[in-house]
Amino acid sequence: MTTLTDAWHSLTDPAHWPGDDGIGHRLVQHLVLTVVCLAVSCLIALPVALVLGHLGKGGALAVNISNAGRAIPTFAVLVLLLLTPVGNWGEGPTVVALVLFAVPPLLTNAYVGMREVDRDVVRAARGMGMTGRQMLFRVELPLALPIIMNGVRIAAVQLVATATIAALAGGGGLGRIITAGFNLASTPQVVAGAILVAVFALIVEGIFETAERLAPHWARSAR
Amino acid sequence: MTGPPDDCLARNEWICGEYLSTRRQILLDAVLQHLQLTGISVLIGLVLAVPLAVLARRWRWSAGPVLAVTTILYTIPSLAMFSLLLPVYGLSASLVVAGLVLYSLTLLVRNILAGLRAVPEETRQAARGMGYGPIRLLLTVELPLAVPAAMAGLRVATVSAVSLVTVGAIVGFGGLGNLIYSGMNTYFKAQVLTASVLCVVIAVAADVLLLGIQRLLTPWTRAARS
Repeated sequence: MTTLTDAWHSLTDPAHWPGDDGIGHRLVQHLVLTVVCLAVSCLIALPVALVLGHLGKGGALAVNISNAGRAIPTFAVLVLLLLTPVGNWGEGPTVVALVLFAVPPLLTNAYVGMREVDRDVVRAARGMGMTGRQMLFRVELPLALPIIMNGVRIAAVQLVATATIAALAGGGGLGRIITAGFNLASTPQVVAGAILVAVFALIVEGIFETAERLAPHWARSAR
Repeated sequence: MTGPPDDCLARNEWICGEYLSTRRQILLDAVLQHLQLTGISVLIGLVLAVPLAVLARRWRWSAGPVLAVTTILYTIPSLAMFSLLLPVYGLSASLVVAGLVLYSLTLLVRNILAGLRAVPEETRQAARGMGYGPIRLLLTVELPLAVPAAMAGLRVATVSAVSLVTVGAIVGFGGLGNLIYSGMNTYFKAQVLTASVLCVVIAVAADVLLLGIQRLLTPWTRAARS
């Protein structure tokens, strides 16, 4: 119990918040890394998945890339990137690794979402004389949205986790509080950092949960 | 005076046969630790997950809370999970195992529960009509029919565990992750790449092995297809 109270004191101590190593800066770093990399990953993965899903091509690749992503250790990729020239750009390895691990769930979910749109609806749209582009944006995309958003949610949670591990390989973010705690052999600091990371991850998950509940009825997933 | 040997180790190349032959014992030990940590964690996770899923199925009111807790556990990043367990287990292999058990448990409970729920009501009624009691129904009808879903979960859990063990390097029990961690600190490229590749090889091998076991356990799924 004393560890928990010490961790709490460590979190609420105003001296621990300001500065480059302060909790405030690490929190902002974590948030920026997660949001920017989520946006970049969506820009890379979603157009590809939507077009592949619309055309019905490349399914094996889109589905298996998620499994491959799971088998590759995040930590290994971070260290490998750190030892390549990418490692000289400061947060380079973190950003590249974050994007690499966020793309597979986005790609897989968006592709599956597009393919699971009722084929009769798609045929009806074609029968009404819709062009391919109209079908994609007015029929398939809206109907696939719940599954696509589920992919975005998985990717966001994955990003928070990866950004934390990045601290092991010298990256910034909340994980640094944990690694610094380990280096100082300070269990309260390790626990304080872990609580921050866990709460951060749960808030991200909570935002998506709330967004799903507030979404109009048709845009909710059937989970 | 002889200069330093001009081999791939001295040049710090990514791919280095010399590394494999001179550090064979270190690599073997790391692979062994990696396999032990993964195997023990997934097994404990499985032993805990089956009763939890069965209970969540029997008492429907408990399914909601069980699934909510597993979702929360799964959302917590691995480094934070290990760190939260530090006051309980200290710097030990148990800490890594406990963290991995929580993750595998999460995946397994969800999948086994989904498998149990997917057993058709007619099948259940037919078994009851043949005089099966609740225990016999569970053991000889429901659980076997849930095996494909459970095995899918087990494969995901195992592959994830193989990759997450590396994070255990933070407490010195990370199997191949230890080699990656020390290789990072000394800029030892061959060590980092070899250990990383071995991790992926272990993950793929475990996945293939479990797929084989799944085929052996569920011969009826193949018969239906052919």
